[in-house]
Amino acid sequence: MIDLGFGPVDAILVIPLLAAAVLASLPSYRWAARLNVGATLLTLIAAISLLFAARPAPTPYLIIDDLNIVFIVLGSFVGFTTSIFSATYIGHELEIGRLTPTYLRFYHAMYQILMSAMSLALLANNIGLMWVAIEIATLTTVMMVGVYRTHEALEAAWKYFILGSVGIGLALFGTILVYVAAEPVVGEGLNSMVWTELIAHARAIDPALLNVAFVFLLLGYGTKVGLAPLHAWLPDAHAEGPTPISAVLSGLLLNVALYALLRFKMLMTANAAAVAPGPLMVTLGLISVIFASFMLYRRRDIKRMFAYSSIEHMGIIVFAFGMGGPLANFAGLLHMTMHSLTKSGIFFTVGHVTQVKGTQRIADIGGLTETHAWLGWSLVIGVVAIAGLPPFGIFMSEFLVVSSTFARSPLLALVLVFGLLLALGALLLRLNSIAFGEPRGPTGPVKASYAPLVTHFALVLAVGIYLPGPLVAWFQHVATLLG
Amino acid sequence: MANLDFDVSHLLAGGLVVVSFMLLYQDRLYALLNVYALHAVTLALAVAWQAYIQDAPHLYVTATIALGFKAIIIPVALHRIIERLGIHREIETVVGIGLTMLVGIGLVALSMVVMLRITGGAAPIAREDLAFALAVVLLGLLVMVTRRNAVGQVVGFMSLENGLVLAATGAKGMPLVVEISVAFSILIAFIVIGIFLFRIRERFDTVDIMALDQFRGERR
Repeated sequence: MIDLGFGPVDAILVIPLLAAAVLASLPSYRWAARLNVGATLLTLIAAISLLFAARPAPTPYLIIDDLNIVFIVLGSFVGFTTSIFSATYIGHELEIGRLTPTYLRFYHAMYQILMSAMSLALLANNIGLMWVAIEIATLTTVMMVGVYRTHEALEAAWKYFILGSVGIGLALFGTILVYVAAEPVVGEGLNSMVWTELIAHARAIDPALLNVAFVFLLLGYGTKVGLAPLHAWLPDAHAEGPTPISAVLSGLLLNVALYALLRFKMLMTANAAAVAPGPLMVTLGLISVIFASFMLYRRRDIKRMFAYSSIEHMGIIVFAFGMGGPLANFAGLLHMTMHSLTKSGIFFTVGHVTQVKGTQRIADIGGLTETHAWLGWSLVIGVVAIAGLPPFGIFMSEFLVVSSTFARSPLLALVLVFGLLLALGALLLRLNSIAFGEPRGPTGPVKASYAPLVTHFALVLAVGIYLPGPLVAWFQHVATLLG
Repeated sequence: MANLDFDVSHLLAGGLVVVSFMLLYQDRLYALLNVYALHAVTLALAVAWQAYIQDAPHLYVTATIALGFKAIIIPVALHRIIERLGIHREIETVVGIGLTMLVGIGLVALSMVVMLRITGGAAPIAREDLAFALAVVLLGLLVMVTRRNAVGQVVGFMSLENGLVLAATGAKGMPLVVEISVAFSILIAFIVIGIFLFRIRERFDTVDIMALDQFRGERR
């Protein structure tokens, strides 16, 4: 293979940055939206080509392995579909004057920087670099959440900012402790922060320091995942920002933080003397599931409701990875993929619904299937899928999580099933009033882009019915890697 | 010489913890800012000392950032914001000072017990630094919890961040320290701008620039 010096990895990182520079200075909204879609499409193509291209050897800064490819492909796919949705959505916001052209330029540039930062966090082979990338991703989303500059949006952004910063600070302390622990073994300097070196020497690293480091990392990155006692920023940030950002937050950013946690979990598992990270993650996951399921009942705001549903699903995923073992890890990976696709699809639908109705209050939205058949039924499909009913992919992954848990600790499985059923009840209850019954609120025509949401739901349905062999083999392989 | 290295870094790191305690009981915003500036100066000295004894010139960059950005620019900017918003008379602590100090002492004891026990293998300087750094981080969290005012919370966060920088420089030969401290400075700059917008909203009930223009009589 000829080394051109510029592979897909560089493309994934550089394309969004170039696009951001152009978008920041491009006045025309139409061209900006098109360029935004084009840049994410190119990034997606580069990401997919990673699957086929020969992998470059890991450098001290970047790495491509079987684990992060899954996240990168999924992330750039959701990034691409969200940019298509964003084009229509933002067009409408511009028409009704909620956004001015200046803020729009800012918004598009931030979107691309976010994409680049998230790819960097996923590709990083260096725990310090990963931390910096996640910090940049947090900053950009904070600014996008506050882009409407209303009272509520600024308050949500502020809350997200303060809680996110504290989380990120704790994660940095954990990162430093990992370095201090690794330094006597791996040697002073850069190598002690390189992931591949750390995992190769994991056996010899001082377990006591690693334990404390993991607690900090779990609390820090766990805040970004939205685990229950640390979740307070998540519903506000989802509800008050532009809807494409809600889709990106739920579909991408939560996964990136989760990925960071998984990396450190692998490090902990590789060291036999360190405390097992599983029980901690199982506990936090279960608390999130139960808590979020109860909270779902008292929601009045449609975006806030689906934000709590994201907390619930991140709880399930962390629970599955905490249980560990090939089957539970497989279920966790599958669930993460399905949740990303379904939840962002739901936010696409909800974004158009709230634009038609001019409100996010559930009480003011009703009878959607009668007035807007496409949107209404999409929402029905999305909620049925996210609630974990067959024949969708989430049913399959939840079934796998529950059945693999039943075989090992039935009591935990009972608690989990209780949470899942609670959430199912709440979602169907709300769905009934939103999608069926008397139409409420304005019933004007809608200018929506159906392609992204149809693609997402079709994928989730397809996986629920038939999971292709190569994908199963791939996920199984990654699941054994995760230990 | 080795003894002097250890003693001075011990003194400076310990000084940072003491200044963190001073942050806890300041009930006036100006005083809080002055103490924070002192905090940043202490950090700059501690980092510069680490740069000297580790023979790591890049750490001088971190020390300069601490001195120029955190000890001068940020406090001056916050000073101005407070002045313009007219909130300099505000006094607020949620819990009583005595109780806060007791909790603070508990946190310091906790971080000493935890860090000194688990870092047996590390070099003595790194050990002490990490223990003090954790104490500063926890005290910073305590400041954030006990303040309701946005400026107070930010000062708490910034002192927390100083603790992190202390930990990063104490870990011998840690790469990316300069990059991390720059990334944190950007974060802080955004927070400060954030407060400004946030407080404007509280004053005028909007941050819409149009409304501000109207307020100043610049109606378009």
